[in-house]
Amino acid sequence: MGMTYRKAVLAAVMVLLAVVLRPPAADAVDEFIDIHPFLKKIPLAIPDFKPLEPGDAAAQTTGQTRDLMVETLEFTSYFKLIDPAAYLDDPKTSGLTKRSINFRNWTIIGAELLVTGGVSQTGEAVEMELRLFDTVKGDSVLGKRYRGRKADLRKIVRKFCSEVIFFLTGDRGYFNSEIALVSNGTGNKEIFIAEFDGRNPSRFTRTNNITLSPAWSADSKWIAYTAYPKDKPNLYIKHRRQQRGYEIANKGLNITPAWRPQAGTNGSLDAMQLAATLSFTGDQEIYLLTGKGKIIKRLTKSWGSDVSPTWSPDGKRIAFVSNRSGNPQVYVKDLESGRVDRLTYQGRYNTQPSWSPKGDKIAYSGMEGGRNDIFVVGFDGRPPTQLTRDAGNNESPSWSPDGSMIVFSTTREGRSRIYVMTAFGTDQRILLKLPGEQTNPQWSPNTGF
Amino acid sequence: MQRKLWIILALVLVVPGLMTMVSCATQTGGQQTETTTTTPPEAPKAPMAPDTSAADRAKEMARNQFLNENVHFAFDSAVLSPRGQDVLKRKAAWLNDNPGVSVVVEGHCDERGTPEYNMALGERRAESARAFLVDTGVSSSRLRTTSYGEERPLDPRSSEEAWAKNRRAQFRIQ
Repeated sequence: MGMTYRKAVLAAVMVLLAVVLRPPAADAVDEFIDIHPFLKKIPLAIPDFKPLEPGDAAAQTTGQTRDLMVETLEFTSYFKLIDPAAYLDDPKTSGLTKRSINFRNWTIIGAELLVTGGVSQTGEAVEMELRLFDTVKGDSVLGKRYRGRKADLRKIVRKFCSEVIFFLTGDRGYFNSEIALVSNGTGNKEIFIAEFDGRNPSRFTRTNNITLSPAWSADSKWIAYTAYPKDKPNLYIKHRRQQRGYEIANKGLNITPAWRPQAGTNGSLDAMQLAATLSFTGDQEIYLLTGKGKIIKRLTKSWGSDVSPTWSPDGKRIAFVSNRSGNPQVYVKDLESGRVDRLTYQGRYNTQPSWSPKGDKIAYSGMEGGRNDIFVVGFDGRPPTQLTRDAGNNESPSWSPDGSMIVFSTTREGRSRIYVMTAFGTDQRILLKLPGEQTNPQWSPNTGF
Repeated sequence: MQRKLWIILALVLVVPGLMTMVSCATQTGGQQTETTTTTPPEAPKAPMAPDTSAADRAKEMARNQFLNENVHFAFDSAVLSPRGQDVLKRKAAWLNDNPGVSVVVEGHCDERGTPEYNMALGERRAESARAFLVDTGVSSSRLRTTSYGEERPLDPRSSEEAWAKNRRAQFRIQ
């Protein structure tokens, strides 16, 4: 019974597959929406955290830690937090462990999961006990003890959330990932980097000109981007933490970089690989480059524009945008066989493909009536699913490393802002606010804690 | 200085005529191209030289027109319209009058597309303009292209009028 929720999610996926594999029907889309895990959220209770020992100096920290836990779990969109006003449990008599919890008090108010937390603090040192319970079964599911400094509170909470999500979905989530984005608040477009939940945005580039298209290496240590040092776009490879970098400045355009997954896992830039569009021949084609910009080979061959490569997670295929049919559409190329297939047929302007980390879908921007919306399409020939609608211009989708969420830019509030939503288009909300306008978000891979 | 100016003005007036002559000539005789283009300097020996400021003004106007008159494109297109070609013919004439000048052709797009594809589209627009000029005889070594995609609109508004203005090849003197 401890596996209930993982089973539930798996069951949802099975139903989803059944729906997907069925012949197209008019109501298929509705059924699809009905069974995904974000629509039926799991009712969750998180009572106040307690000091581990009576009279502990941790009293202030407990409230802060619980709030962080609530925010972080709510961010995932898997849960519906039950209003603490409804809690029947008496915090004075109930405890943190299975033996001291009356599960009926929680099932009666609809909670299916319960998180308890105990905190102790000595000076700057913090200790935490965090637990997850299946209230229906009345059993403990997860129990973790963490030690750290007061400054590590958020990290500890995220580590535990990662365990919770692993229990529910079998994936570690994205709790140690970041989001790179472009913001023009300084008067120029520069790249900023924020934590996955929008916290602590900080400026990454100081190019003082146009800076675009951030792309994370698979180990999250390098960011490739486009900038205009003078009057044309070149590519830059910049270390995330150190003042190191390389310039790729062929004649013509050097744009739209994308790191190849599974290449150069030893961390050497020479062994790492990038796909990017170069136009030094007079024609815009996608090339395979080393992490330092040396051309390995050309990947596309068609007159006109070939831009915006995105890699399949196994690094064997690329999806990209080409206008070979007369207007921009998304194509997929298998690098070994050389075979190219057109992926998008609906509409006359489909760009910005982003390959899902699970490999089964591609998100992209599709234009209708002069406005872009985010779509997701698989490889089964079924029509794409529209995730944004009637809410400004929506562009630049990028998947969370576990494939459960998508970050994108939208002008629904007027100025362009960064929003997140689930991979099914639900729970759309703003990620962060900075001066100026924000565009072009890119979700980093999730590195270990 | 004044003399040079007159030479330039003469070139503007005489060269198009010569070009038609040359094309007739080459059909029959062939070899005359090089000799004919050397003749114009003799023509206006300043019989009634206008004051310098007027000449400068004319020169300035021609230069401004070269810089400010853009070649426009349809949405998601790098195809030169007949009007765009007329603009480029005037560009070619000015470039012929100013043989020492090298220029950058910048391709630009309206805001409706997406930035990455627009970067590519802008370059194709600039390349269309460059190729046309090379076809009319401007040396390709004097023409460089770049693209700003949708990053540098002339008119920041979101209207058909603004978009039309922003879809352009724009010239800059290097």
